[in-house]
Amino acid sequence: MAVEKSLAEINARIKSGKVVVLTAEEVIPLVREKGVRQAAAEVDVVTTGTFGTMCSSGAYFNFGHTKPRMKMSKVWLNNVQAYAGLAAVDAFLGATEVPDNDPLNSIHPGEFRYGGGHVIHDLVARKPVSLRAIAYGTDCYPRREINTVITIDDLNQAVLFNPRNAYQNYNVAVNLSDRTIYTYMGVLKPHMGNANYSTSGQLSPLLKDPYFRTIGIGTRIFLGGGTGYVVWQGTQHCPGLTPLPEGGQLVSGGTLAVIGDLKQMRPEWLVGVSFLGYGASLTVGLGIPIPILNEEIMYWASRSDEEIYAPVVDYGLDYPAGNPQPLGYVTYAQLKSGTINLQGREVPTAPLSSYPRARQIAAILKDWIRAGGFLLSEPVALLPSINEVTPLKSLQEKEA
Amino acid sequence: MSPKRVVLRFMAETADKPIIYQLIRNYDLVVNILKAHINPHKEGMMVLEIQGEPEQYARGLEYLRSLGVTIQPLSQDVHRNETICSHCGACISVCPSGALYLERPDMTVNFDEDKCVVCLMCVRACPYKAMEVRF
Ligand code: SF4
Ligand code: SF4
Repeated sequence: MAVEKSLAEINARIKSGKVVVLTAEEVIPLVREKGVRQAAAEVDVVTTGTFGTMCSSGAYFNFGHTKPRMKMSKVWLNNVQAYAGLAAVDAFLGATEVPDNDPLNSIHPGEFRYGGGHVIHDLVARKPVSLRAIAYGTDCYPRREINTVITIDDLNQAVLFNPRNAYQNYNVAVNLSDRTIYTYMGVLKPHMGNANYSTSGQLSPLLKDPYFRTIGIGTRIFLGGGTGYVVWQGTQHCPGLTPLPEGGQLVSGGTLAVIGDLKQMRPEWLVGVSFLGYGASLTVGLGIPIPILNEEIMYWASRSDEEIYAPVVDYGLDYPAGNPQPLGYVTYAQLKSGTINLQGREVPTAPLSSYPRARQIAAILKDWIRAGGFLLSEPVALLPSINEVTPLKSLQEKEA
Repeated sequence: MSPKRVVLRFMAETADKPIIYQLIRNYDLVVNILKAHINPHKEGMMVLEIQGEPEQYARGLEYLRSLGVTIQPLSQDVHRNETICSHCGACISVCPSGALYLERPDMTVNFDEDKCVVCLMCVRACPYKAMEVRF
């Protein structure tokens, strides 16, 4: 008989302490041994995790009103500008913003030692952060300037809100040009000297539910060491499943927008990073529980690195020009082995997102669920699935 | 001239002066700050990698000494801050000696200090700034 479970049944099992939870890594040998149907009957939840740099991240704050009142029109936190074109004492800080006086790439490759992601990390670490704001002054908000120090606990609200996280799959970056390049995919040596990749493969959340059967608006998740929620599809969300010429299939294109109270997050799971020659950003720890409602969901949740493919893209010429035509496809098992074979050559590989940390996130989420404190939420609405989104457009330049 | 590495130590009065800017502007030196630390008393320590014309290099150092900065050539080693390292792997492909390598199948990043040739590539490339120069 086909396995069918409801979320309510799974939550009842969580509350009664009988729930069976495995990480996305642990479920693979189980399914190999017992088959999808048996495993789907036995397992209620599969937990996933990823710990990678996610540039489309940020946080918004309410600083509380000043005396006299002030409508802050420009705001800096530790010298990094936050967008203040909102109400009087609200601002949004983006992860990749850098200080006004950063040397950037004037001596290439620039170091980008500090930026928005670092400010978010410092706030979560409960370090004091300088707040500077200026205003033009109005009758109701006369004050024009403030220079003070805040901590996250001084703020009324501090909310992590990331418009695009957890990219389902990502390019493997190589460099076909004849000089070393410095990218968000790390340092890439000339003539395909190395290949960098950046997902946790078989642990990666959206690779384990490619049709978005369970992950939707309102899904409760592990975010930055605390609890968060999926609020929307991420920007550029365009999930696809493409059969590959040499067998296998490419699952890619899905993304999530997520939100959560920054005050309950942990500094080890939200870390500011500096990519040489590229910029500053934020590494986000994110994990999603997948309720095993039926066999199809279990089938996808238990796919392994051997079956998950990533496209190899040249970041020397193709990517910057906007022609990301893949050079080929490789599996995560090949990537993790240390070398891939490309155009008849052995190319050494290295990850950029931390697999050990991804594994830790899946394990923490598993513990939270088993302890009864983390119930699964029924999505209020599902996100567009494969072939339900029109292909992404690029920006067309027109006469103004 | 190949890049030279030096340790600068300076007092509170100098901490406020744009000495790096002057080195770059007035002596045409390429200056890379490998490490910088200013303590609460505003006494500072900075490790620089400097490259440029030998004459300009000498004049630049003379300028620093005139400000009361003490200068020492660098004898150093590289150390990994274990609490900061996320085991991401971004340093693996830049490390020329194999001192940084992945332990399979766990995919943790190991650091073998004995193999390190102190090229400092990882210090620049580590997004988390976990690789530190030590003296
Ligand atoms: S790049 Fe830095 S954080 Fe990443 S593994 Fe190497 S030392 Fe650790
Ligand atoms: S200093 Fe150079 S040799 Fe030593 S670990 Fe870093 S990259 Fe490797």
